[in-house]
This record gives sequence, structure tokens and C-alpha cells, in this order.
Amino acid sequence: MTTLAEEQQVVAPRASTHTIAELVFRFRELGIVLALAIVVVATTIDNHRFLSSESVKNLLSSAAIIALLAIGETIVIITRNVDLSIGSVLGISAYAAGVLYQHHPHVSIVLVFLLALGIGAACGVVNGAVVTVARVPSLVVTLGTLYVIRGVDGAWAGGNQVNASMLPTSFNRIGYGTVAGVPYLGIIAIVAVAIATYAMRSFRTARDFYAIGSDPEAARLAGIPVGSRVFLAFVLSGSIAGLSGAVWLSYYGSVDAIAGVGYEFQVIAAVVVGGVAIFGGSGTILGAALGALLLNTINSALVVVNVSSFWSSAVSGALLVGAIAFDRLVAVRLAPALRRRRRARV
Amino acid sequence: MTTPPPEPVLALEHAQKSFGAVHALEDGDIRLHAGEVHGLVGENGAGKSTLVKILAGVHRPDAGRLLLDGEEAIFDNAKQSQAAGIAIIFQEPTLFPDLSVAENIFVGMQPLKRFRRIDGRRMRREAAAVFEQLGVRLDPDRLARGLSIADQQLVEIAKALTTNARVIVMDEPTAALTATEVDRLFGIVETLRSRGNAVLFVSHRLEEIFGICQRVTVMRDGRHVLTEPIERLTIQSVIRAMVGRDMDALFPKVPAEAGRVVLKVERLTREGVFTDVSFVVRSGEIVALAGLVGAGRTEIARAIFGIDRWDAGSVEIDGRRLPPGSPTAAMAAGIGLVPEDRRQQGLVMDLSIERNIALASLDAVRRGGLIPRGAERRFARDWALRLRLKYGKLTNPVWTLSGGNQQKAVLAKWLARKPTLLIVDEPTRGIDVGTKAEVHRLLSELAAQGVAVLMISSELPEVLGMADRIVVLFEGRVMREFERADATEDAIMHAATGMIEAAA
Repeated sequence: MTTLAEEQQVVAPRASTHTIAELVFRFRELGIVLALAIVVVATTIDNHRFLSSESVKNLLSSAAIIALLAIGETIVIITRNVDLSIGSVLGISAYAAGVLYQHHPHVSIVLVFLLALGIGAACGVVNGAVVTVARVPSLVVTLGTLYVIRGVDGAWAGGNQVNASMLPTSFNRIGYGTVAGVPYLGIIAIVAVAIATYAMRSFRTARDFYAIGSDPEAARLAGIPVGSRVFLAFVLSGSIAGLSGAVWLSYYGSVDAIAGVGYEFQVIAAVVVGGVAIFGGSGTILGAALGALLLNTINSALVVVNVSSFWSSAVSGALLVGAIAFDRLVAVRLAPALRRRRRARV
Repeated sequence: MTTPPPEPVLALEHAQKSFGAVHALEDGDIRLHAGEVHGLVGENGAGKSTLVKILAGVHRPDAGRLLLDGEEAIFDNAKQSQAAGIAIIFQEPTLFPDLSVAENIFVGMQPLKRFRRIDGRRMRREAAAVFEQLGVRLDPDRLARGLSIADQQLVEIAKALTTNARVIVMDEPTAALTATEVDRLFGIVETLRSRGNAVLFVSHRLEEIFGICQRVTVMRDGRHVLTEPIERLTIQSVIRAMVGRDMDALFPKVPAEAGRVVLKVERLTREGVFTDVSFVVRSGEIVALAGLVGAGRTEIARAIFGIDRWDAGSVEIDGRRLPPGSPTAAMAAGIGLVPEDRRQQGLVMDLSIERNIALASLDAVRRGGLIPRGAERRFARDWALRLRLKYGKLTNPVWTLSGGNQQKAVLAKWLARKPTLLIVDEPTRGIDVGTKAEVHRLLSELAAQGVAVLMISSELPEVLGMADRIVVLFEGRVMREFERADATEDAIMHAATGMIEAAA
């Protein structure tokens, strides 16, 4: 038959669909950068102090913590799960780090970070174990641990507050120090995001995360150890949240029982705005980090142009819905293109 | 026995598997030889899928032995089966839509470079090389999302080749393919065979089995019935072995008295999908819409039922025009639609059997604003009985039914509304031979009772056996209309492939 001729007909539209998908993908990250540029330029025109070194420094530092948390959250969401406990994990590990300094002022910084990491990892182990062994949906599990961990934190801290004066200068400097005007925190976040983005592209385990999120049943049939990968994702997310707790403490300088309340939603918003599919399978850590930067920039911009801070959460929410609506729109728009391609086959 | 076959590459002997009280497999037995295509046939529920899943390492048999090159082997998971050189191409390909084609081929075994990083360039190169080998063109970089089923299968086959699988199991690979795609697949199967692979080919379509297999195993009720070289079998003898009885006619023909015009479709057009489609269906008639996949058959049915809007033309039921895009109006006018994809569109899989059956007739069941469960159950039981539905309990979720019985449940749902026009889209896809005959009998009886039936089918014998008239579509247009007496397989295929001159 005319198989060969048919094949050739088919190839051209196939390539173009591929490019469309690729473009949309790139477009997402470019789009965020563009949105960032617009926000920055517009705000600066209104108030040139927006780009002052002090304000940029604050912006980068607060975005850095959300971006760090977004690394872990992205990994979990890519596996078609969600980790709502990261704010509480950050809170309890920040408090633990503070208490450690309160009682042992001369303890090594490495040890403090190890403690924060350990607490975070332990929380991740609990989340991961309940999700994978007891097969409870992660939304429910981590909603539970969100409250449990916060409760433990509250009971432990009571009304106690660890102040900056109890923390050594070397530790505080991580939070506010700069290199050539760029805060340490920004550098930490950029390096971490770069490494994580590369790793998510280059390692089998990371590709397994995408495969699981894309189709869990297919992943099982392909011989991917779904349970242990999902478990790993939660441990990574918990560990990163734990480490972020220590970073958070160094930046804010004081900690009580409500550190990090509500962070999980800021982070998830950033991740989704950054183009990570909420049902798993696609998205990049770079995108999520850019999403974090964009949301933080908008928040600061609203403050600078004297819009009530209440509006900033409304704007974040609108962006979140907008991002998801955009994804749906793209999917719906792509569908006819796919349909036409299929017609070309007959 | 002619010549004793050589040692099988892979053999399963007397395998048993139960899920709770259900004995899915009581005596599974299969021997696959290198360089041979082995057909596996049996009705739905005969245990074919369970057997395949045991070979895949997804299920572990409760009893029996699995022999790999004559050595006993145990597969605890899919990975071990893969490592043993067994590749499975499932009925519904299990690709990752968000990953690229190349990544799908190499998932879990990506080529690595230093520090265990994935070597993306090599991965793409090797994927391209495999496609070359298969003689197909697929871009390794494109996402798997949106690939046709045929192309998805190719990706799975490419995966099997890159793992150097010796045994390739295809579980109903042709169910959703067009004729050209089936030809291409058969070419590939032949290549695999000549390279010395053992191929297990599971299919409902006996013509296909007789077309490419050297040896056939028949299963019935979870048991091995026979294994014979193909030369010693006929289609009739295989069917007899499958159903355990003779089936003189697969497609019962009840002569139908065509009455008044029930459905009149005139110059119906949906931009880019179908154009200028006109035909009528009279009461007591079965009219088939034939054509290749993508010719617009399902789309026309969806438009008539009001799921998709049409851009031009009209649809009349009993002389009254239907508004476009309103399933409610279509149902009120007496149309029922048994869709192509019963799992996604025909049934609510997690809902109970009784609720699914009563779902389209709640107006008849309800008392005021409430639905008494007893009335709902009586209603469902009545219809389950009339259609000879085989079920455990009516309160069980509908997914517990076998494929054929699920289809009967969908039919029950619509028949309960006493439709004047019933549209059935691929009514017997993925259904075992026995139930298939029952569905045919049912449609035929309905027509005899004066219901107008519009049937869409990709199986030409079904179309030829069942339909009073056949409307052949090609690329969204009506190519020809045949009376039953004039229709032949050849003439329909000619029209369906757009070669109208050759047919005339």
C-alpha cells in the first residue's frame, strides 16, 4: 500500500504539535520572567525606591525561603501528591534550632543545620510512610500532620520566644549578610534551585518522579518502585522544609510557636504559578522558583505603591486561579490541533 | 503431534490465581517458542488477562510453575519479568503522557554517562535507531500526550526491542487500530518473529489470529482448552472450543419490516469534522455507519445525540427538528446512545449496577423528589433479568462486571427508556463471542419491535451481518449507501478508503 507516503504526511504535523507544546512550556518560564519585568518596571516608575538595594535585598531574601520550600514541594507535586505540612515543619525546626542556641550558645552552626534537617527528615518519613504504606491520600495525611506538628510546636514553645540576642552573630549573618549587594539567602536559593533543576532533568530517580505523576499505574507496570519513590519525595520535601527552618531563623532572628504559619499555601501557589501541573507529571523547579519570586515581588510592589496589604493575598489568589485557567486553556486550545493531526492519518 | 516442538522459551504450567472468591485462573497453561507467533483466544473472563499479568510479573500465581528456558522462575514484580526478557504490550498502552517518546522507551533504564547522569543524547539517538529498524517515523523528542493508540503501541514495541526482550506479549493490540495500522503492526510482528522472538498474540479477532499465528491456545472459564498448530484448526473449531458449543450464526438476521422514517439527518455539517451528511433510519431498521476510525462516525452520533453542536443542516426525529447541542432534548425525543467507550462514557464505574441501570430513568422511578431505593432496585432487577445480565449483587459497583456484561448494563439503561432510536457505537468492542451474539440478537429483536437502530461498527462482518442498510463515510462525507443485498466487504472497504471509482 502507500504506507510510506502516508507516513511522510504524518510526520510534518507531528513535529509542529511537538513544537507547540515545547513553546508553551518555554513560554511559561519566559512568561513569568516577562511578568516580573513588567511588575518591576511599573512599580519603579511609580516609586523609584522600589529598586533600592535595601528593598531588593529584602525581596530576594523572603523570596529565597519560599523558593527553597518550593523545591521540595515541586518534587512532591510532580509525583501527584501534595505536602501541606511544610509550613509546620519549618516552624518546628526553626524553633528547635532556636532552643538549641538558647541552651548551648556556642554550638556549631553545622550541628544546628543538622538538627533542623533531621527534624524535617523525620516529619517527611512520617508523611511518606503513612502515604505509601497505609495508602492514605497525601492531601489528608499532610493536612493532619500540618496540625499535629503545629500543635506539638505550640505545646513545646508555649509562650516562649527565642530572640536574636540569643543567637550568635555568625548565625544571624547568614540571614542578612550580602556579597556584592546580593544577600546570602538569595545565593543559597539560586544555587539550590540550579542544582535541583539540573538533578530533576538528569537522574533516573528524578525521571521516575515525573513518570509516577504522569501515570501511577503505568509506572508500576514499568517496574518503577512507586512506593519508595513517593516516600523519598516526602523525605526530601520534609528535609528541605527542615533546613529552611534554620535558614528562616537566621533571617528573622526570632522564633515562637507561629513561625511559618500559612507558608504551605504561599509555596503551593508559587509552584502552580510557576507551571508545575497540580496533578503531577510536569513542571520544573526553575519555574516554581520563578513563581515564588514573582509572587513575592508582587507583594512587595503592592506595598510600595501603597496598596493595602489585604490586596496582596487577593492578587496571589487571582494569579493562582489565572495560572490554572491558563493551563486548561492551553490544553483546550491544543486539543483541536491534536484532533486535526489525527484526522490527517486516515 | 507432528514434530515435537523445541524447548519453550517461556512456559506457564497449571497456573492458578484467585482474587478473593473469584477464580480468575484455574489451569493456565501456555508454552511460547522462539520464532513463533502464538495466538491466545478465549471469551472475556476466560483468564487471558490474568495469564498475561502473571507473565508480566504483576500477579503471582497461587499455584503452578513458570519456566524460563526450562528453569523454574518466580517474578515478584514487573521489573523482574522485564529483566528476564519479557515485554508486555498491554491493551491500553501504558505510556507517560508528560514524558517524551524517548523517555517513555527508556523509562527506568536510561543510558547513563558519568556520575549516573542520564545521557539524553544517546537516549534520543537509540530511540531514533529503533524506529528506523521498525520502519516508522516518530519524533523521539515529542511528548507522548496526543499519540494515537497505534503510535503508543509502537513506542511500547520500541521499548521491548531496546530491552532485547525475547518474549513479546501483545494483549489485544489491534482493538483500536485502523486497517492500515493493523497491517503495519502485522509487518512488525512478522519482523519480530523472523528475528527469533517468541510472540504471544492475544486477540478477539479470529481472522487476525489465523492471519499471523503459527500456534493457537484456546482458554475457557480460566482453563486451558487446547493448543494446536494453526493448520489443524478452523475458525469454527476455535469458536466451538471457546464457547464450548457450536455457534451456527454469529450474526442472527431477523428480517425487519422497515416502517416510518424515525431519524432524518439532512446536510449535517460540523466544521472540520463532517460535511453534508444526509441519511434516514426507519423504524425496524438497523442502519450501519461504516468507515475507518476518524471518518467521523462517532462524531455524527455525538452530534445527533446533542453532545456536540452542528454548524449546519438538521436532525429530525419523527418529523420534529431537534435543537442542536442538547442531549436533554435528544433524550426527550426518544434517542438513546450507547457510546463507544463504556468505561468513560457509558457507565459510572464506581456506582452500583442498579444505579447505573436506573440512571437514565430516574423520572420513572422517583416519587416526588425522592428516589425510593426499593423501586430503583426492582426496576434494575427487571431489566437485568430481561438482558440476562450476569452479576453477583445489584449493589456491587458496575466495574465488577465483565466487559460484555458492562455493555449489557449500558444497553439496559437505554432500553429501559423505551427509545424510538437507539444509537450504538461499537456495541461489541472488547466483548467475548458469546455475549457478542447476545448483543446482536438483542439489537435484532429491538429492530423487530420497531425501534430504529443506528449502529457504528469497525467490524465488517458485523456490519454485513446486522445492517439493513450501510452508510459508508470517508473523511467526514458520505461516500456511498448500500442496501444489504449489494454490500460486500470489498465494496465497503473501497468506499471507506475513498476509492469510489474502483467500487462503482
